[in-house]
Amino acid sequence: MMLNILPQVLVDGLILGFMYAVVALGYTMVYGILEFINFAHGEIFMVGAFVGTEVLLISDALGALEGMNPFVALFITLIIAMGITGALGVGIERVAYRPLRGAPRLVPLISAIGVSFLLQDLVRFTEALARNEFYLNTPPLFTGTIPLGSWASIPTKGLVVIVLAIIMMIGLTLFVGKTKWGIAMRAVAQDQSTASLMTINVDKVIMLTFLIGSSLGGATGVLFSQNYGTIDPYIGFILGLKAFTAAVLGGIGNLRGAMVGGILLGMLESLSGAFMGPLTNGAFGAEYKDVFAFSILILVLLFKPEGLFGEAVKEKV
Amino acid sequence: MALLELQEVHTYYGGIHALKGLSITVNQGEVVTLIGSNGAGKSTTLKTICGQTRAKQGKVLFNGKDITQMRTHDIAKAGIAHVPEGRRIFPKLTVRENLEMGAFGVSDKKVIEEGIERAFAYFPRLKERIEQKGGTMSGGEQQMLAIARGLMMKPQILMLDEPSMGLAPILVEQIFDIVTELNKEGMTILLVEQNANQALSVAHRGYVIQTGEIIMKDDAHTLLANPQVREAYLA
Repeated sequence: MMLNILPQVLVDGLILGFMYAVVALGYTMVYGILEFINFAHGEIFMVGAFVGTEVLLISDALGALEGMNPFVALFITLIIAMGITGALGVGIERVAYRPLRGAPRLVPLISAIGVSFLLQDLVRFTEALARNEFYLNTPPLFTGTIPLGSWASIPTKGLVVIVLAIIMMIGLTLFVGKTKWGIAMRAVAQDQSTASLMTINVDKVIMLTFLIGSSLGGATGVLFSQNYGTIDPYIGFILGLKAFTAAVLGGIGNLRGAMVGGILLGMLESLSGAFMGPLTNGAFGAEYKDVFAFSILILVLLFKPEGLFGEAVKEKV
Repeated sequence: MALLELQEVHTYYGGIHALKGLSITVNQGEVVTLIGSNGAGKSTTLKTICGQTRAKQGKVLFNGKDITQMRTHDIAKAGIAHVPEGRRIFPKLTVRENLEMGAFGVSDKKVIEEGIERAFAYFPRLKERIEQKGGTMSGGEQQMLAIARGLMMKPQILMLDEPSMGLAPILVEQIFDIVTELNKEGMTILLVEQNANQALSVAHRGYVIQTGEIIMKDDAHTLLANPQVREAYLA
């Protein structure tokens, strides 16, 4: 009986994992360049979810969604959400992080935590003022499911998540691997002062990193709201924490690591949620899925502290 | 007008008064060397020119323009290529990507390709290594790459910081040959070296720096023959 549900569990894990993966990219990109954990990144994701939901709610109220192709509607929503979250990320870097560059490492970290609270409360306040509540239901664009054989099926919205996540990952990989600014990003990550000798404006590269990372996070927020239907100003905290965990699992600073780490974490969570109860005769139920997933993380890090794809840091001679 | 001129430059480096009123000039087409022992302020001089450490007093003029307060990437854009001490190539970028970064400010793809071809003409070894990661190459190859990368931006002046450091004698010879060759083609070079003998034999003029001050300046061959210099730096 348990094997029957395995394909479906894997499908669910994949959808969750791809979302973790794209958000994890934002953490890992910023860390790669500044060696700094942008803890506000989860809140950028949350803002993306709210912007996307608001765009759809307002369009719906205006009757604009009526008869519109759902893919077109999603595309427009994504563009707006990515634009706003991208700009937000750049603005946060400019105001809250750049003045602290060169300060002891804990200082920008505290600043990031402050930005997190600020964004949570700002969104809550705005929504409470505008709609009298801050739990929003996102108008669904996609309904229906696609059967995968006889044992599993994937909701259309889940497939949309996976396809768009893959497109974003491929796009980012090509950008960082092949384009001039992408190579400059890697150069700045390796050696900032030498990069500036190459006429590279390091501040611009850092801005670009925040722009891309934040807009990917914002896009994932839109996908999340489509997939789960309900959002609140605090969804960024736990999802951000998990995406950050995924980035560490894969090897922080490494793009491929973030992608694999995210998918792996989503799978682990889904598998443990489905099978832990039956396997332990109900002693540990699905509510322990996070415990299981994080235990795996701890195990991996005990034996491979640099993460799956990270490089062991050698002392410089 | 001198191409590059430092006027009474004072620089502090980690609380130390590293440059104490340093004045040097480099004219178009010259090879000028700055020699001195470890910690004399040679690298600090180059870092001050390219804006990595700031002069607290005095001026750095390039083509007569005050660049003292300009940002590093803008100074590089103005035409100053700095090949830093320890080569500092990007270890995880390929040879080609390293060269492309050298030409970051160049937007014409054809010019970049020509630059890469020119780099291979100077350093055929790099061509064999084109897809290899910079960090996996030998010290000599990395130095070649660092110089080639500096040339990619088509600078008006090339500043080399200890290019011979840690290299086998045969490679040192090769690097200094390249310096001469580049100069013959019109490149102005400011060369910082501990290897005073080699540096003075390829340079037109030289400055001797000691604890942040210029204590001697002259034609390279005069310095090379000077008994004081011979004793202190060529022994």
